[in-house]
Amino acid sequence: MASITFREVEGSSPKFWMLFGALGLFVLFGALAWNTMHHYGHVVTGMDNQIVWGLPHVFAVFLIVAASGALNVASIASVFNKPMYKPLAPLSAILALALMLGGLLVLVLDLGRSDRLIVAMTHFNFKSMFTWNVFLYSGFFVLVGVYLWTMMDRTVKTYSKAAGTAAFIWRLTLTTGTGSLFGFLIARELYGTAMLAPMFIIMSFAYGLAIYLMVLAASYAWTGRTLGDAVMMRLKTLLVVFVAAVLYFVVVQHLTNLYFAKYHAVEAFILRDGGIFTVLFWVGHIALGCVAPLVILLSRLGKQRTWIMIACALVIIGGLAQMYVTIIGAQAFPLDMFPGMNVKSSFFDGEVHSYTPSVPEIFLGLGGVAIALLVTTFAVKVLRLLPVTLDDETVAKLEH
Amino acid sequence: MSEMKQDSENAAVSPERRRFISAATATAAGLTIAPGVMLYEVAHGRPEEQAASSAVRWGMMVDATKCATGCDDCVTACSTENGWTPVAESKHPKQAPQWIRKLVLQDPLTQMETNLPMLCQHCAEPPCVDVCPTGASFKRADGLVLVNRHTCIGCRYCMMACPYKARSLVHESLNDTQKPDVPRGIGTVESCTFCVQKIDRGDGTTACVEACTASGHNALVFGDMNDPESEISKKLRELPTKQVRADLNLNLGVRYHGI
Repeated sequence: MASITFREVEGSSPKFWMLFGALGLFVLFGALAWNTMHHYGHVVTGMDNQIVWGLPHVFAVFLIVAASGALNVASIASVFNKPMYKPLAPLSAILALALMLGGLLVLVLDLGRSDRLIVAMTHFNFKSMFTWNVFLYSGFFVLVGVYLWTMMDRTVKTYSKAAGTAAFIWRLTLTTGTGSLFGFLIARELYGTAMLAPMFIIMSFAYGLAIYLMVLAASYAWTGRTLGDAVMMRLKTLLVVFVAAVLYFVVVQHLTNLYFAKYHAVEAFILRDGGIFTVLFWVGHIALGCVAPLVILLSRLGKQRTWIMIACALVIIGGLAQMYVTIIGAQAFPLDMFPGMNVKSSFFDGEVHSYTPSVPEIFLGLGGVAIALLVTTFAVKVLRLLPVTLDDETVAKLEH
Repeated sequence: MSEMKQDSENAAVSPERRRFISAATATAAGLTIAPGVMLYEVAHGRPEEQAASSAVRWGMMVDATKCATGCDDCVTACSTENGWTPVAESKHPKQAPQWIRKLVLQDPLTQMETNLPMLCQHCAEPPCVDVCPTGASFKRADGLVLVNRHTCIGCRYCMMACPYKARSLVHESLNDTQKPDVPRGIGTVESCTFCVQKIDRGDGTTACVEACTASGHNALVFGDMNDPESEISKKLRELPTKQVRADLNLNLGVRYHGI
């Protein structure tokens, strides 16, 4: 097997520092947004006692799910012994860590008492899925960190497969945990199903890979290194499978609900009468996030790099739309405490709840994305994560 | 904290065991030469060092047939007792906490209207306690579902889990209407406590029930559901009652008649 040379990106051009500065600016905005929310309380957000988890959760859960998926490329290399993926693995691991960091920061900074993070770290209720997630997230950093170390340090290279396998099993458990945050809720019709755990896993595959592909292509294009079609086409095919699987899960979930009379009202809300949620579901998640990427990637357009990038961007947009519908749409639909009765109260019982994200919420969410990208940008500058070249010839040699 | 956890574990007993414990306690009380002393203890609240007992289960019965249209005396009384700003006076009514609220139900077919108060149902199997990451949401041995404001991190997972929308987050800094025995705080979650401060003082009732009785409607009855001789137990034996979302099998501390 041919060897691959990894090298840091030089990162001294004005363009690099502009990227660094722009991301830093968004991190700063995110910090200011958190400061505002922390100072005034959640009164400055669009959230209330009906929509209790808003836009920050959409970003946080998306990033956490994508983090787990971004590790996929590395898993394929070491767990499933595909040599072609080996040179792609270090970036995959660092991106997973960076996205997880961004997601977690948004999650904890949106707490009503973010200053009490230490309480969450010292008081546990093991019946809570949230508590389990605290351990799953911390374990993820440790395992993926160790895995990255085994990939980069020759002296511990022999442990790479073991570390990779542990990280792979952990990430599957982690996404099961993230899906179960919602799956273990009995109160709302759209939650409370085991379906959410595997669905979140497959969504993580798709969102994580889409982000990975965009970051990979950008790093190679902006540093003038060669990224051959062999790698792109292989990853593209993988993305097709994942996006199709997401579509499959979504169809099965809604078809099952449609069969049950008790879910008819909430399904009608999401699929037909829900206004922004219906638009986000059909246009955002289904059309832009699933169908369009499939059409692009399976047609002749999928041979062109620009179109692959467009497809990846659409998968990411679709993913955010899906999280918005899953998290906020489910809360917008009123709780059905008295089936068959019309309900009125001063607490908005019986009505569809409205939600408009405020500026601090938007910037807190974007701040998480910016942190993730900033960490990745910095990491490729200081660590040997990217192969000097990924041209077709080099990649072909790996497989023989 | 560990004491609270222990309390909630103690409370997780089966109905059989609970009946046994009640019977055993009653027998013990009968055999005690000074039952009057025990009654005195109950009437004057328990001493601070004595933990809440699972021999008691506080509960409320709502007679919706007596709950009057347009009357919200229970809501006002709760707000006064516990120091939360009435919604009408709040600058941010959409985000204002509401510990208890009046619901008006209307049957779309018959147009019949039913009034009832909705509040924390003090479930025996509370989903909010299950999901709370820090254990800030807890169930006391005597059935009260409460929030420890010192360990609540404001994650709002309990609000996602509650099937009754009984909980509110304090969205902004609190004004000076706070009561010394009802701690509240920005960024933490709160809900009906069954006036725990009154119970622990030995009042044996809640502000909303007192207000409902004072108004002459008598739609609310409060008491120990484990004591077969309590007014609430007698009423519950007499009248058919329902639990809201009984399908979830949460064994509620609030029972409704006339819904």
